[in-house]
Amino acid sequence: MLELKNISFSAENEDGQKQILKDINLKIDEGFVVITGPNGGGKSTLAKVIAGIITPQSGQILLNGEDITNLSITERAKKGISFAFQQPVRFKGITVHDLISLAAGQDISVSDACAYLSQVGLCARDYINREVNASLSGGELKRIEIATVMARGTTVSIFDEPEAGIDLWSFNNLIKVFEKMNDTLGGSIIIISHQERILNIADKVIVLANGSVAQEGKKDDILPELLGKANMACKVLTANCED
Amino acid sequence: MENYELDLLKMIADIDGTPNGAYNIRANGALASRNVTENVLIKEKDGAPGIEIIIKAGTKNEKVHIPVIISESGIKETVYNDFIIGDDCDVEIVAGCGIHNCGSEESRHDGIHSFFIGKNSKVKYVERHVGEGDGTGGKNMNPTTVVNIDEGGYMEMETTQIKGIDNTKRVTKAKLKKDATLIVREKLMTHGTQYAETDFVVDLDGENSSANVVSRSVAKDNSSQLFLSEINGNNICNGHTECDAIIMDKAHVSAVPKITANHIDASLIHEAAIGKIAGEQLIKLMTLGLTEQQAEEQIVNGFLK
Repeated sequence: MLELKNISFSAENEDGQKQILKDINLKIDEGFVVITGPNGGGKSTLAKVIAGIITPQSGQILLNGEDITNLSITERAKKGISFAFQQPVRFKGITVHDLISLAAGQDISVSDACAYLSQVGLCARDYINREVNASLSGGELKRIEIATVMARGTTVSIFDEPEAGIDLWSFNNLIKVFEKMNDTLGGSIIIISHQERILNIADKVIVLANGSVAQEGKKDDILPELLGKANMACKVLTANCED
Repeated sequence: MENYELDLLKMIADIDGTPNGAYNIRANGALASRNVTENVLIKEKDGAPGIEIIIKAGTKNEKVHIPVIISESGIKETVYNDFIIGDDCDVEIVAGCGIHNCGSEESRHDGIHSFFIGKNSKVKYVERHVGEGDGTGGKNMNPTTVVNIDEGGYMEMETTQIKGIDNTKRVTKAKLKKDATLIVREKLMTHGTQYAETDFVVDLDGENSSANVVSRSVAKDNSSQLFLSEINGNNICNGHTECDAIIMDKAHVSAVPKITANHIDASLIHEAAIGKIAGEQLIKLMTLGLTEQQAEEQIVNGFLK
């Protein structure tokens, strides 16, 4: 279980201090948790706070009851937190096989590495020895990023907008990957997403807006209202266009 | 030979025991052993220290090893090696120099290698430089490579110098005739207070000649590197030079690419980039459970692989 207590974070911008996360309190125990909400609402910042990439000014983070607030990125990774970047990082000279081996924490065989790639919809043989560099497209990098988190097999896996840039790949496959991870790992999969089809598999939906938890609860309770609002917004936009 | 000398040989030339094919092993300023084959003749050079390697026209799939090791402190030598490669060959030449200096005097090897590559011949040339030993004496190497590629010839040159050499100045000069190709891949890592300078001058003289000079380097601690690369397009040709460097600690790196077109159909590109390891690369590897130091090692090793 992951628990966030009174997490606040602010950063400097041109207008001075901007409060990005305001006193966030969350308990995450469910298999699938989807964090959604408007752009700039603090979703990615919250994910980075959990992974240890951003240090909040105040608050506490507990993983299975253990206080991990002061642990480094590396220490949290070793305790079982994985993070798939929204914009995956490129490396000159490091191959896809190298990266998956590093993620798995050991030299894994080509066939094992290929198995992960196949699951994310990449024809493994074509990719395994390629460098994770600028020659790969954004969508290819996203899939490799997901494969690295699968190879880690930790109890908490965070995905920051995993569906972005992989339009051609059927959503069913992506969802199957998450479902399989959920079955085998038994921990929590936290997904930042705006996609209705990903929201639909959530055990819990958290709506983050203006740095605060605006709503939190079961999918069935949250989704109708959320999608209703979205439809309303669309209607307003359409109406404006028609004028 | 002592064990550390054999280790050095293995590092610079992949030689484990006696190599197959032609070879010439030079140790501490003198010939240690040599083997010639039906197609590859190796003999002393007239009038200057060094050897001539003569490869018969049409020789295919042969490998020639010519490593040099220096394990006595204070040896300074200048060696001239000529490679005369006939037409229509396909060969690999592995050179390299290893210095083990435990003493207080400077050890230095200056090798001047001249290549004459025949028509339609393909040559892969691998050169590795290694320095070790904790003496106070300098471990210095100054390799000069002069390359002449005849019509349709192809040369791939791979040079590696990872740590250990205090001072190096590498000069590579190449002249290419019609349809000739030169590919250079240089990998370099300096640390401590080492200095490395590399200087390429490529003349694309022949029609449809092409050159690709790529250097990747890492400069650590207080070390300095200077990368000079000049490509002259004197005909219809393609030239590309690229220097990509990672700078760490208090190191210095300069890259000075120069391209000159003397023909309307010369197409030349230079690229140079110097920067520290990107923070997000370190963070990504740390989220996989690596420490910052392990992440740095992986990034550097991958970059120089």
